[in-house]
Amino acid sequence: MTALVEARGVTRILPAIVPVTLVKDIDLAVGRGEFIAITGPSGSGKSSLLYLLGLLDAPTAGEVLYDGTPTHELDNTAKAEIRLRGIGFVFQFHFLLPEFTVLGNVMIPMRRLGRWPRAEMQDRAEAILKSLDLADHLSKRPDQVSGGQRQRVAVARALANDPPLILADEPTGSLDSHASEQVFQILKEIPAGGQKSVIAVTHDLAFANRMDRRVHLVDGRIVSDETRAAAPVG
Amino acid sequence: MRLLVDIAVTHVQGRGRQTLVSIAGVMLGVGFAIAMAALMQGSQDDFVNTLIDAMPHVQVTDEQRNPAVQPADRSYDAVEFRGLRPEDDVRGILNPVAAIAGLRGWVPGVLSAALSLQGVARYGGTERGVQIMGVEPRHALDVSTIGEDIVAGRFEDLEAAGFSVVIGTGLAKRLSVGPGDSPRLTTATGVARQFKVVGLFHTGVAPTDEGLVYVRLKAAQVLAGRQNAINDIRIRLHDPETARLVATRAEALLGYKAVSWQEANEDLLSAFQIRNTIMYTVVGAILLVAGFGIYNIVSTITHEKARDIAILKSLGFRDTDVRAIFLAEGALMGLAGSLLGAALGFALTLLMSHVEFKAPFETEASHLPVTYNWLHYLIASGLAVGAATIAGYLPARKASEGNPVEIIRGAT
Repeated sequence: MTALVEARGVTRILPAIVPVTLVKDIDLAVGRGEFIAITGPSGSGKSSLLYLLGLLDAPTAGEVLYDGTPTHELDNTAKAEIRLRGIGFVFQFHFLLPEFTVLGNVMIPMRRLGRWPRAEMQDRAEAILKSLDLADHLSKRPDQVSGGQRQRVAVARALANDPPLILADEPTGSLDSHASEQVFQILKEIPAGGQKSVIAVTHDLAFANRMDRRVHLVDGRIVSDETRAAAPVG
Repeated sequence: MRLLVDIAVTHVQGRGRQTLVSIAGVMLGVGFAIAMAALMQGSQDDFVNTLIDAMPHVQVTDEQRNPAVQPADRSYDAVEFRGLRPEDDVRGILNPVAAIAGLRGWVPGVLSAALSLQGVARYGGTERGVQIMGVEPRHALDVSTIGEDIVAGRFEDLEAAGFSVVIGTGLAKRLSVGPGDSPRLTTATGVARQFKVVGLFHTGVAPTDEGLVYVRLKAAQVLAGRQNAINDIRIRLHDPETARLVATRAEALLGYKAVSWQEANEDLLSAFQIRNTIMYTVVGAILLVAGFGIYNIVSTITHEKARDIAILKSLGFRDTDVRAIFLAEGALMGLAGSLLGAALGFALTLLMSHVEFKAPFETEASHLPVTYNWLHYLIASGLAVGAATIAGYLPARKASEGNPVEIIRGAT
């Protein structure tokens, strides 16, 4: 079965007077319906790997395949098209556009995609926000809702175009424990249908241990890749 | 596209005061450019109209554009002749009746034949060199505005008396003559007759008012000693813009030099062109300066919105989308400035058109001549939107080429 996203021998070196190796010789295949944690100490290359898998960055060596398609020869426009249709990002900070309402932010990817009529886009966005318990905040601006709500809006935005892959970079890193749990539960439900996958970078081992699979990085290399059944807890 | 414009609008709205200042810069540039163009075009049109009204649109004279080929040219293989004198030629347009009839057949306008002579006007011991213009009064009134310039008597009265004359106010003053007086006109060949003044004209052009006299064509022919002779055909066209074509055809038909009003005033018209070029250069410079304001604000926005740009890219926006957003910001400010500037330009033009002034010799007050021309609005607005878009392009390109990962890393 074709992996949804796959890294083959991926290395990323930042060019500088003293080049910095972010990740090295990464081999990682993620299938549909997986809920994966990428863990590791600070500077181990977790976020770098996430950006490479999300085609926001390009490897220095090796290649990333999306749904079986090699991406190293694709231009920026083609990669943007894959991100638009197939990948949703959630960052540590919500990164919502402050001038748009909650509903407007969620509709941005849909409007860019242009797959649905405007009324349908609005219905879809409202439905997603409702499912994330944000129905009362549609017309508010990001600065008028709480941090946890903002992060849930960011998740809603990532889900807007119904992408099969959600990449989350420390999605609970800036939230209190209650809001963190809420966001975690939302992310956990995404792969439940078996068609979508979530890859989340996290420092929070408690969360990581509740995920299906845990990939641990040290100094830019994968040192362990274990499913929950086999992974040690703690 | 609507989404990109929406994002662009939110960006410029977010910097309200700076945006307003930039738009005001474009507005003033466009407004004053339109007002200046309206005034300059207006004065040019006014001048050209006066010119077209005052002079024949095409004038055929008994001269030839190029010297006639001499028999010696044909006989000898020489490069230059010196000291040759051709036989004295009898001046005047040959076969005038046939020439006039030939022109009347196709010229879209009216014609008037004239005989122009050099002479001297004398009265009471004072004399003055003049150009004696023999005309058929009815036709002359058709091809010129002399009828409107009459300040005493009537031009048509030339018809009534055999040897009557209409002179300019300047000449009348110098000779101390008035209607009813009879100065003596003498030609260069010495033929002299007394003419009775039946009218005075004032054109406002001193050389004309002091040096031109009108007599009947027959009277001029008597002074010249040449029956039926004419040396000048004046044509007034229904459409003055066709003068060049008519002149070319008339010259080819008659073999005499035919000069259109455009050719006669070529220096003046090219001076207008130079003036317009200078004006539009200045306008361009003004709008360029306004463009710097827009560059500054778009550049600031791209800097401030770097994180949003990275997020948009992570959402699947292409580099060209990001570029389009910031180009749209420049264009939107240019467009807003242009629309307001067009309104300002119209208001200024309207204001100027009501400014009154009174020229010497004028009995009625005049207004500043202005022209309302949509081309002025189009050129000024086009330049402004173009300058604004270019001003937005550089920061837009920079924004689109940024690496989103670096920005996101920086933000987190």
